[in-house]
Amino acid sequence: MLSAVVFLPVAVAVVLLAVPRTSDRLVRWLWIAATAIDLALVVGLWIGYSPGPGGFAYEVNVKWIPSISSGYHLGVDGLSLPLVALTAVLFLACAVYSFRDSDRLRSYAALFLFLQTVCLGLFVALDLILFFVFFDLSIVGMYFVIAGWGHRNAAKAALKFFLYTFLGSLALLLGFIGLYLAATPHTFDIVELARQAPLTGTGFAGAAVLIALGIGFAIKTPTVPFHTWLPPAHTEAPAAGSAILAGVLLKMGTYGFVRIMMPVLPDTWRRYAIVFVFVGVVSVIYGALVSLAQRDFKRMIAYTSVNHMGYILLAVGAAGIVASSTAQAREIAVTGAVTQMVSHGLITGALFLLSGVLYQRGQTYEMDSYGGLAGTAPRFAGLTALAAFASLGLPGFSGFIAEFQIFTGSLGSAPVSTVVAFLGILVTAALFLRAFQKIFLGPYRAPTDRVGDITVVEGVAIVPLIAAAVVIGIFPRFLLEVIEPASRIVVTLVGR
Amino acid sequence: MPMEMMDEDPTALLPEIFLAVAAVLGLLLGSYLPRHRQWLVALLAAVACAGGIAATMLAGPTRTVFGGSYIIDVATNAGRLIVLISLVVALFLSIDEFRGHPRESEYYVLTLLGALGTVILTGANDLMLLMAGYLLASIPLYAVAGFAKDDPGTESALKYYLLGALLGVIMLGGVTVLFGAGGATAYPDLRSALSSASPAVVAIGLVAVLAGLLFKSGAVPVHFWVPDVTEGSRPPAAAFLTTIPKIGALIAIYRLVSQGLPETGIDWPLVIAVIAAASMTVGNLAAFFQDNVRRLLAYSTISQVGYLLMAVAVATRSDLALPGLVFYLGAYALTNLGAFAVVCALPSAGNVTDYQGLIKTRPWLAASLVICLLGLVGTPPTAVFVGKLTVFTAALDGGFTWLVVLAAVNTVTSLFYYLRWIVPAVRPSPAPAATQVRWAAVGAYIAAVSALVLGPLSDVVLRGLWLVGRGA
Repeated sequence: MLSAVVFLPVAVAVVLLAVPRTSDRLVRWLWIAATAIDLALVVGLWIGYSPGPGGFAYEVNVKWIPSISSGYHLGVDGLSLPLVALTAVLFLACAVYSFRDSDRLRSYAALFLFLQTVCLGLFVALDLILFFVFFDLSIVGMYFVIAGWGHRNAAKAALKFFLYTFLGSLALLLGFIGLYLAATPHTFDIVELARQAPLTGTGFAGAAVLIALGIGFAIKTPTVPFHTWLPPAHTEAPAAGSAILAGVLLKMGTYGFVRIMMPVLPDTWRRYAIVFVFVGVVSVIYGALVSLAQRDFKRMIAYTSVNHMGYILLAVGAAGIVASSTAQAREIAVTGAVTQMVSHGLITGALFLLSGVLYQRGQTYEMDSYGGLAGTAPRFAGLTALAAFASLGLPGFSGFIAEFQIFTGSLGSAPVSTVVAFLGILVTAALFLRAFQKIFLGPYRAPTDRVGDITVVEGVAIVPLIAAAVVIGIFPRFLLEVIEPASRIVVTLVGR
Repeated sequence: MPMEMMDEDPTALLPEIFLAVAAVLGLLLGSYLPRHRQWLVALLAAVACAGGIAATMLAGPTRTVFGGSYIIDVATNAGRLIVLISLVVALFLSIDEFRGHPRESEYYVLTLLGALGTVILTGANDLMLLMAGYLLASIPLYAVAGFAKDDPGTESALKYYLLGALLGVIMLGGVTVLFGAGGATAYPDLRSALSSASPAVVAIGLVAVLAGLLFKSGAVPVHFWVPDVTEGSRPPAAAFLTTIPKIGALIAIYRLVSQGLPETGIDWPLVIAVIAAASMTVGNLAAFFQDNVRRLLAYSTISQVGYLLMAVAVATRSDLALPGLVFYLGAYALTNLGAFAVVCALPSAGNVTDYQGLIKTRPWLAASLVICLLGLVGTPPTAVFVGKLTVFTAALDGGFTWLVVLAAVNTVTSLFYYLRWIVPAVRPSPAPAATQVRWAAVGAYIAAVSALVLGPLSDVVLRGLWLVGRGA
């Protein structure tokens, strides 16, 4: 079942490429149909979700490369299921959003379907090699999206993205090999490694693997100081590519922290947790301040991603400071971190698609070129306002639920850092309000004659994302009930 | 030491015999066939390869034959299979180029002989036979390098020959020194005898023998022929020269250090590790701003030898060294031939910029190129990824953490120059219709598909190799 969900998109992609001379119309509908069916399957997974004794549901474990004890091991738990759902939703939104595109549509659709398989596969992989395969392929896929369909300086930005994140993935690979060699018997299986925690009490070796994995995931997340690839990549990528990059690919980094680093390196994580808290807080404040200084709307959103990912690092770091907090608080922090991943995916996905709408109208992201768009494009203004409010963490949206939990869970163990990070919200609020005012309020100004409102297609793509953020903001139980048991397991594993 | 007379079993050498017979027959056929039928010699070579592959599959248990000079084991059988399969792919690359050439059949005969020398290098269990293998894997290939008889080809053949002759003499000197120090040339005897010899003498002999083998594999510091030969000789010849001889040379180094040297004495793992580090770094740095695709591939092969040598460095320290080495070799051979096949398929494109818009004009060829180049980087799930993963694991297991970190950094930097080639190829720009030749393109598809599917199937392949190797 899981394999079907993972490989359905790529199968459709192969069909798309193999059948010669498909019309763009057919490609569009096939793409949407494939992503919609995949989402329906994921909904089915969610409805039938009942984790087994190990915490995982729909587990598949087949031998793959036994000579190095690497298996085709898939499974979902409360950490991965929400991200799988997020992935399916965002890819459907991108398929719908690209309905009017015609630039080499067949390859574009195939590339996105390929990326979808890769992203879903990463979140359900329970084997380090399998995880790495998907991790690396996500970079390759996104590289071609940016280089092939990006804006003017795309080639350079794509190269930077590829080299930088590839460096991270190789650091990751070294860390994985280190874990493999430390385990007895040698294995790449994440569940087995979490059970063994092979580097417990080793001091240097544990720290070395922690550094390798930490750099790998920190680059992907990205956190300060490894974030410099992100703004150019986002600025140059096509809107749908940015939505996937920010919405799904960044989550691979943060997911790695909770799925691999915390359970497998518990004592090392506890020892160096304060580093992650610190990096998180710096990312929060730095991301927010740099974002405030941007004139480019899309670049601004890109930097808010650094800010939002910082909250996740703060939470997972705080969850490792065992001495001064209760298990319950740490659980709340981890739950908050996972909720933040979902929330950020939905909201930033929507914001990037909206920035694509803006670019499509005016061929620029410069905020100074626009003004008073609310007059001619009221629905566009309304949606952007909702997405902006959601992003700055207003109650009633998913961001609030996530950040509230993160702060509550982290306050006990890292009070100063939490208070400092709290200031980040103020800056984000300021920057979103300022951007909104500049673009939508005041006297009308636009680089082209008339900026039209959101079209039906754009609406169908973007509204559900914001609606989902509202639903999670108002009725979070259905999500939290899935996440909480998994957070409990993670916290117990870290507390060993 | 009394010579054992019981092990002269010619059937154990069927793959080698097939290659030799095909070479001789090919030469005779070539003299009698009309020019438009000379392609039959290529067919003959392919049949010999197929026969050799079949014979290897039935190779029987691990044993030494002919007075212990030749060993049939996992490494030999893997080497045989990789060489024979690579030769078949290399034939695809050559067909269009040499069709109707006045000396068409001679080209195939020379490659058959070079492949035979390579196979002998993999199985040599005695310094004398190693030397014979070296010569057989060298002399026909000098002619291959200069086969076109044009200026660049002649120049490259001369460079290749001079360096090869020099290093051959040095290697022969090394064989003499080791023989003098150990009183034997067979590896098992050498191994026990050298443990009481002076380490300095052993080191000198070893370095001299290694020099010849490193030359064959195109490793630093004897890599200078690689870029010139790759650029100067015809593309199919370059593909052969940068791929096939190193299969034998690397397995020969593996066998020499792990079975011919005493366990204590000189620190050969460190020597190999340093050469590996130098090779991958120099190759990568030199490849950075190459615009000529053949020079780029040439430097890329130098760096790939560096990664391969990592497995050799831990030959006695990790159980994964041999699986890593043979799988990486096979993966590398196919992927590298695939990249060269694309070059052969587009004879008019010499620079990376000439590949502009290939995705539009030849989408499948462009896809093959992307798969092969990303495969050479080691992107999962290609075969080279599994090879690299195993080799990295083996090297870490053997205690060479610094080498693995360096290899990882090198892998990232290598991405840069491969992308310099990939980017124009996939850029949607109006492109002049590239002329494409048929068989080389087929070779590219075969190589790309195998490079892609052998990764996920690595376990089946490795288990198969070990079954064959143990003679089960």
